[in-house]
Amino acid sequence: MSTLVKVLEDRILILDGAMGTMLQQYNFSEEDFRGKRFKDFHISVKGNNDLLSLTQPQAIAEIHRKYFEAGADIVETNTFSSTTIAMADYEMEHLVYELNYESAKIAKTVAGEITKANPDKPRFVAGSIGPTNKTASMSPDVNDPGFRAISFDELRIAYKQQTEGLLDGGADILLVETVFDTLNAKAALFAIEEVKAERNSNVPIMVSGTITDASGRTLSGQTAEAFLISISHIPLLSVGFNCALGAEQLLPHLEVISKQTGAATSAHPNAGLPNAFGEYDQSPEEMASYIKEYLDKKLVNIVGGCCGTTPEHIKAIAAVASTYQPRLFSTMNNLQTA
Amino acid sequence: MEGIATKPITKQLKLSGLEPLVITPESNFINVGERTNVAGSRKFLRLINEDKYDEALTIARHQVEGGAQIIDVNMDDGLIDGVQAMVKFLNLVMAEPDIARVPIMIDSSKWEIIEAGLQVVQGKCIVNSISLKEGEQTFIEQATLIKRYGAAVIIMAFDEKGQADTYERRIEIAKRSYELLVNIVQFPAEDIIFDLNIFPVATGMDEHRKNAINFIEATRWVKQNLPHCSISGGVSNVSFSFRGNNPVREAMHSVFLYHAIDAGMNIGIVNPALLEVYDNIPKDLLQRVEDVILDRRDDATERLLSFAETVKGTSKKQEVDLSWREQSLQEKITHALVKGIDTYIVADVEEARKSVSKPIMVIEGHLMTGMNVVGDLFGSGKMFLPQVVKSARVMKKAVAYLLPFIEDEKDGANDYAKGKILLATVKGDVHDIGKNIVGVVLACNNYEIIDLGVMVPPDKIISEAKKHNVDAIGLSGLITPSLDEMAFLASEMQRQNFTVPLLIGGATTSRIHTAVKIDTQYDNAVIHVNDASRAVTVVGDLLQKETAIDYKNNLKTEYASFRESFLKRQKTKTYLPLNEIRKNKFKIDWDTSEIVKPKELGVQTLENFDLSKLEAYIDWTPFFRSWDLHGKFPELLTDEVVGVQATELYNDAQEMLQKIFSEKILEGKAVFGLFEANTINDDDIQVSYSSEGKKETTYFRTLRQQSKKAKGRPNIALADFIAPKESKRQDYVGCFCVSAGFGAHEEAEKYRVALDDYNAIMIKALADRLAEAFAEYLHEKVRKEHWGYSKNETLTNEELIKETYKGIRPAPGYPACPDHLEKETIWQLLKVEESIGVQLTESLAMWPAASVSGYYFANPEARYFGVGKIKNDQVNDFAKRKNIPVEKAENWLKSNRADT
Repeated sequence: MSTLVKVLEDRILILDGAMGTMLQQYNFSEEDFRGKRFKDFHISVKGNNDLLSLTQPQAIAEIHRKYFEAGADIVETNTFSSTTIAMADYEMEHLVYELNYESAKIAKTVAGEITKANPDKPRFVAGSIGPTNKTASMSPDVNDPGFRAISFDELRIAYKQQTEGLLDGGADILLVETVFDTLNAKAALFAIEEVKAERNSNVPIMVSGTITDASGRTLSGQTAEAFLISISHIPLLSVGFNCALGAEQLLPHLEVISKQTGAATSAHPNAGLPNAFGEYDQSPEEMASYIKEYLDKKLVNIVGGCCGTTPEHIKAIAAVASTYQPRLFSTMNNLQTA
Repeated sequence: MEGIATKPITKQLKLSGLEPLVITPESNFINVGERTNVAGSRKFLRLINEDKYDEALTIARHQVEGGAQIIDVNMDDGLIDGVQAMVKFLNLVMAEPDIARVPIMIDSSKWEIIEAGLQVVQGKCIVNSISLKEGEQTFIEQATLIKRYGAAVIIMAFDEKGQADTYERRIEIAKRSYELLVNIVQFPAEDIIFDLNIFPVATGMDEHRKNAINFIEATRWVKQNLPHCSISGGVSNVSFSFRGNNPVREAMHSVFLYHAIDAGMNIGIVNPALLEVYDNIPKDLLQRVEDVILDRRDDATERLLSFAETVKGTSKKQEVDLSWREQSLQEKITHALVKGIDTYIVADVEEARKSVSKPIMVIEGHLMTGMNVVGDLFGSGKMFLPQVVKSARVMKKAVAYLLPFIEDEKDGANDYAKGKILLATVKGDVHDIGKNIVGVVLACNNYEIIDLGVMVPPDKIISEAKKHNVDAIGLSGLITPSLDEMAFLASEMQRQNFTVPLLIGGATTSRIHTAVKIDTQYDNAVIHVNDASRAVTVVGDLLQKETAIDYKNNLKTEYASFRESFLKRQKTKTYLPLNEIRKNKFKIDWDTSEIVKPKELGVQTLENFDLSKLEAYIDWTPFFRSWDLHGKFPELLTDEVVGVQATELYNDAQEMLQKIFSEKILEGKAVFGLFEANTINDDDIQVSYSSEGKKETTYFRTLRQQSKKAKGRPNIALADFIAPKESKRQDYVGCFCVSAGFGAHEEAEKYRVALDDYNAIMIKALADRLAEAFAEYLHEKVRKEHWGYSKNETLTNEELIKETYKGIRPAPGYPACPDHLEKETIWQLLKVEESIGVQLTESLAMWPAASVSGYYFANPEARYFGVGKIKNDQVNDFAKRKNIPVEKAENWLKSNRADT
């Protein structure tokens, strides 16, 4: 972990790109998704990408490897939806611990191999913690604004399970990402703090919000700065934004965060905005040119890609980033010696 | 090893709603909006009580529009489910972007309410408040959680020894709290806000002289020595001794803030209406106020007091201003009625009588003209209940004077009345303050009142109603069994083909109960009227021929839809079977839990108790509520709207209270007992006592919460607070009955005969307060001496009212033990009736009415809760345990049954 901070002070770190986009290329069938173990599962599981860590682990490992080879320092585990809440759609709540554990293990194994081949450039695994498919501070029913489909406690418990699986599987970092409702994120951070206290662990945490509209607010209505204030009670390695917007649209919000926080900052935008078919078609070069602007303005310490990005995008971004000094940020002194 | 820290660029207090609020040294004083506080706003309290959350949101919106930068939300009220109300209100706030843009201050003295609030707000809140009152462990645990939830925190200058009231104590507690927070909890220093206790000055007591300067200097010390923290406080306290004199108070607030802000206070709750611009304070007043605030002269208080007299003097002169006596006769009579002055009324009425051909014309003319003015002012909220009751006193005197003349003419004294209303407190119930107030207010508005008194059986109500051919019937009651009496009476009225409207009122009644249980029994109008001010309009609408039918039809439809939506809502709650909730009981670690053996086991009686000892224990807030003046005491005395009236009522009450004490009008008696006890079979408390030298056993049967709880929350029964037999530890329980009501009824009758309803109501209201104060007093004695488990407790009256002490004293018939039948067990155990003469009616109300009974639980973890609804399996089990027929249990637990 001291290595992570040291590297972060040394250069811009590269996060990987989209997992879903890469998995699409495999064109897995229902049968592939099921594998041997779930061949008799009572409902369809196609589309449950996180399940592939159990049924197609070699594909997941291969994608991690491609991103590392493209220049990523950090890959995210295939666990975006691996909570009891999100898995309820597939009635696979009981697999949550295993999904997180195995996904972290796959990524960690690949990271170990790559680091071993090139010890000068250590690679890291970030456990991906998604927002779930429910919101704790908004009502899904417009006629009943006081209703909530999920409570803080339910989220906390689900996130705690996920965190434990990810840490047991070897994740180096926890990444609470695509935060569209800050209260969900606060429940995740609460759970992580509980686990940290129980294990006397000091795992670094990254938080990445999502600005969903042009007015610069999260889905739950907070401005970028209000979002930052609401999650800054926990010691964070980095804070930033991902998803929903392309790199170009994300820039003004990143400027706000970068100015206001003493932590490192991160950005992993989509490959532009979706086209008429819902596909992302921004080229690696174009995306890298916007990222260059971030770097010119010294806005980020960690940069990568979200929906629609591929190893090519990451390669282009890494190439640009390698020529820049990182943005200054502060950490407590004892971390660097730990 | 430390975590990787987000080191803020600068250490500033940063809060957020949907938008950020960053408090910097350059920020102006941050004003917190406090109207969304049930303790601070009677309107907000009423709206929450009536489930009118939409309107309650409007108050929040006004606060934000009016410039509040933070809104304080408080749901601490005995009648409100605080957790549920806090969550519901905050959830609704979150859906209103124009309110949710500002940060929330979650205000409660109950940790569970604070935590529930923290779980529903995405932004960074302020928790108001925690302190070292319960020791370091609780403090550290709560602070750790607050940090984890991502909120800033207000720390009260309070510790195990009590509230800080000197400069040294404030500093000592602030420093200790700060060090624990920063070093142990690693709480960000910039997220710490101290409330260093603003106390009144110029009270005449030497030890209060330094209250303001101590706060200011402690603020300065804290800002200089405890880096990055903020200072907050409630400013109006400082001028408490000048309540009623707003020019002086306003000056005191401004001067205090001027110096406190200079010393570093940066957040606060200030009523902007009670704030003078510092520079506009007249120089002579300013100098005297500063002398007091800064304690600059030995005679500062005397000098300000005598100066204040001159400021006040002008208004005093107006009170004895007799210029109104020079107006026309009608104007004089109207003035006397509006102002409640009876000095000249007989002379004026006599003059009027001579001016008309028939004496009845004085009532129909002069007096009605005056009462219409009273009615209009009351209806538009410009007069308040105590004033109206005083007006009634004048009216009654006038009518009494005229009656012999009218009878001489055989003119029919009551022909002038708009209608006849029968009022009664139902069978088994003895509470009549509210009913009497409604009677007076209606009488003032020209209705003839037939008041049947208390404990009136249904057949009497029916026969009297027929005999007098009344136009409406009003029923009142305070205890839960009265609800059934009312429903029964409605069915009797239906059976006997009544058509007159039925009005329902009293503390346990509610619109929802009326709609669901009473309205369905009677085809004609049934309406819930819980404050006297509404009674007049309601009766007017019901009895006016032109509007009556529409009004009744609307009522029926409204109650039907209300009923429907309620029943729909009800179904969403889920319950668990009895065996499951017993497994999820409130768990106390009986291996380590503190059990103190009472110093004095057995039963003791207190007779001829000196009631003046109770003065300091009186909780005044409910007293004002019984007069329809809602709000928290003492702030109420300076309330913008009702402050003047409240102060006047308070002065009258003080006068009566001194009379009660000096002339021994009321008699106080108490009996209590402390016994060996253990819980058996989960829900029963086995109590051992000796009777005539023999060891006997009896049982307190408790009820358990049965609704499905959030994970980790227990289903509580009172039995959980007593060590179970299996623990092999001897535990103890107590019970008591106190009364301050002996003599109250007789005294009230004396006033009533003298046509003085105001004082008749006053004496009963005070007797009620004294009974509650007596219960508080006795509980303290028990904690500190007779049981002695809390020997070193030092609590102020306000803390007693907030029930911050260790242990509880729940009362049968109230939420934690809704079963009234348990009173019979207490009566047998303590021989209550034989020893102090307090009786139980057939509905198990206590007589005299101003009495309180209950249990004592001493376990530090014991707390108040509501049993809520229970299922048939528990009702049946309860009947079996108590060895009573199921029907009887069903009947007594009616209001708590989930399946009906």
